[in-house]
Amino acid sequence: MSVDVRVCGECARRAWLLERLSGHLDPVRERVAELLELDDRALIQAVGGARHSIIAGEFEARDPEEALEELRARLLRAELEAVCRCEARYPAALRDLPAPPAVLHVLGGLDRLGALLEEPPVALVGARRPSGYGLEATRMLAAGLARAGLPVVSGMALGIDAAAHRAALDAAGATIAVLPGGADVVYPGRHRRLHTRIRESGVAVSELGPGVAPRRWMFTARNRIIAALADLTVLVQGRERSGALVTAGCAARLGRRLGAVPGPATAPLSAAPHRLLRDGASLIATVQDALDALYGIGVVAAPRRRAARLEPPLAALLEAIAEGETEGSACARAGLGLEAGLAALARLELDGLVRRGPGGRYVMVAS
Amino acid sequence: MLAQVTTFAIDGVQPRQVWLEVDIRAGLPGFTIVGLGDTAVRESRDRIRAAILNSRFRFPDRRITANLAPASLRKAGPGFDAGLALGVLAASGQLPAAGLVGCAVFGELSLAGELRDSPGALAVAEGARRAGCARLIVPRQRAREAALVEGLEVVAVSTLRDAADVLAGAPAPPLPPPEPGWGRRDPVPDLGDVRGHEVPLLALQIAAAGGHNLLMEGPPGTGKTMLARRIPSILPPLSREEAVEVTRIHSVAGLHARGLIETRPFRAPHHSISAAGLAGGASPPRPGEATLAHHGVLFLDELSEFARPALEALRQPLEDGQVTIVRGQRSLSFPTRFMLVAATNPCPCGYAGEGERCTCGEADLRRHQRRLSGPLLDRLDLLVDVRRPADAELRGAPHVTSAQARERVAQARERQVARLRETGARCNGELDARAVRGCAALSGEAETELGRAYTEGLLSARGRLRVIRVARTIADLAGSERVRRADVLLALSLRQRVAREALVGA
Repeated sequence: MSVDVRVCGECARRAWLLERLSGHLDPVRERVAELLELDDRALIQAVGGARHSIIAGEFEARDPEEALEELRARLLRAELEAVCRCEARYPAALRDLPAPPAVLHVLGGLDRLGALLEEPPVALVGARRPSGYGLEATRMLAAGLARAGLPVVSGMALGIDAAAHRAALDAAGATIAVLPGGADVVYPGRHRRLHTRIRESGVAVSELGPGVAPRRWMFTARNRIIAALADLTVLVQGRERSGALVTAGCAARLGRRLGAVPGPATAPLSAAPHRLLRDGASLIATVQDALDALYGIGVVAAPRRRAARLEPPLAALLEAIAEGETEGSACARAGLGLEAGLAALARLELDGLVRRGPGGRYVMVAS
Repeated sequence: MLAQVTTFAIDGVQPRQVWLEVDIRAGLPGFTIVGLGDTAVRESRDRIRAAILNSRFRFPDRRITANLAPASLRKAGPGFDAGLALGVLAASGQLPAAGLVGCAVFGELSLAGELRDSPGALAVAEGARRAGCARLIVPRQRAREAALVEGLEVVAVSTLRDAADVLAGAPAPPLPPPEPGWGRRDPVPDLGDVRGHEVPLLALQIAAAGGHNLLMEGPPGTGKTMLARRIPSILPPLSREEAVEVTRIHSVAGLHARGLIETRPFRAPHHSISAAGLAGGASPPRPGEATLAHHGVLFLDELSEFARPALEALRQPLEDGQVTIVRGQRSLSFPTRFMLVAATNPCPCGYAGEGERCTCGEADLRRHQRRLSGPLLDRLDLLVDVRRPADAELRGAPHVTSAQARERVAQARERQVARLRETGARCNGELDARAVRGCAALSGEAETELGRAYTEGLLSARGRLRVIRVARTIADLAGSERVRRADVLLALSLRQRVAREALVGA
């Protein structure tokens, strides 16, 4: 069993240092992006506090080659691969960052990561507690992008993140999860199955080594990697002070394209995306919108799903559901009796055109 | 001399025949009762002695032995007093023993020699009829209740002296006039009062027609309880036999003394109820809510709030139509054929699907889901979402009245009875896996749709079974011998959703 490890000693030692300092970075996590720009010794000086001289001593005593060997052993045990910023196979997009991660740890293989990054990745980020609408929009976009062959990037967090990964995988597409802790550490723990699916057909990457438990500063640090990896970052739902805005801010500073999915004016969850829209982000309501934002208007067409030819009452029913009507009134609008109407809705569900949303409501499956 | 009197003990809610044997012979004066009686039975010696003397009879100054047979049955309560007293009179030659042949006696005695009101007369009367007795002597207050059983002469007496006179050949006194309130029926709410709720009303009718257990999901205050209360009004009327059974159960439980119960019971226990309260238990075992809902509706509001053990205890009643309680060396069965109707909020705050009003996080939703899952859900064939009706609906006309719905339900039930004769089930809801396949008669198209739903992951294997059962009922409501495609589709729209991926974003 061998894993591909393309890391130099200096970078391995930097990775070791981040782990060594991880307890010191939490109190200063507001400034973590600037701090990570510092070189090794300045970083120790800046965050080491009272213990900085001890840590500096440990650092000087550490032989780079030794650090590399240790990392290699850990990677082998966790079946991860890794690449450092001195290597040609390091994702070029990350070099745009003021402080590119020294080592990128990869679950799922360097080869696969390279293949996925052939196409421009799109990040879908948003609230951890989204509404049904947000989940639906995320699924539609992720599935559509996956079908168009674009990798979907997100952070495997609860809510929008996980929905994006799942929808991409369900559509047999590619997905990249950027994890806060080690790439082999499932966080949140509830997403164990999702993590397994990502390992099987996508990749999970992380700045931190195998087995490192997530700390608060790592989430901010992780957001900058998402922003850098993706050519387009789309914010789906978020409140006034959403963490997704941090990702969007990074993307803006890196000159990446930004998009946002509009939400209901009345919903607090629309605050973050609407702020971005006001500041000039592209409005993303369809997969085509995302493709237009990436390639220019009308350059690449979203692959069309085989449009089912529906009989007139079914088409009317679908339209009523798309407008948010309940079963009863949708059936009436389509001119169907209740029993025939409910049967027709079940048929639309079997055809994958509608789903049962929260509270059992029928919602349109957007394509 | 020996005398024998027939009476009945109430075992759970069933009458059990008991033979009272009284033997009087020379010896030191004394009165012993044997035959596994409780304290009330032992104390009856003193009541009997006083009652006999106060009724101007002689109390024999000899050795009296009374036996309550069968000796293995534990006998409780004072209902044996009258029988034992008449046995003493017969054995001491103050009463012709021939009068006691084919006659059952039931009642508690007062020291003055009066027969007191004792609950359970209906159960005793049923037992007497089944045992082939021609007449039954009961306390006057309970005569009307006992007379609900046909084919039995009920003799209403108010004193021990009257009872002895009747047994000696005097004409039986007439039945007392009914007490005020006798036969009064509680009004049953009607579906005609319901505005909006079109889909739930349809589900209610399907559930009633097939005897399916129903789960209603919806935000608080949308009318789940209001709808459930109306289910008895569309179920077929109780048959005479069922009505007597229901009345007997409620009379034994001391809940009813107003004549025959002719409407189906509706029981809605609070969610703090214990397992014993729900399924029956305690010592001596008493019928639980499941038994009180026999032939009617058991409504569990806030299903997720019920304690796990209480819900687990409902499994056997749901599967077998009866619950068996074992206490020491004996076991007792209570009948529990009820329709289960459950209601729950879609999420802990109750407002899932109401836009931004729902404040539950994923963790809350998962916890809610976990509390709901379990074996009980397997028995709930139908799931319907109850929503707040729109303003226009509230001002509109009602969709259906109970009378109309009852008519449809009755017709659908008739079709089922004819089809299910060989399976032992009375309605589609009672069909087990094997029987479903035998009687469903799915058309080819219906089979295809079902297969699609299964492969698409919309249905589990058990869910598939539930959908077939419901589709069969829908076809029965429509008067179709075969289950058509539309029937399966309609059943699918009312299915339990396996994983609530929509709620948890899974």
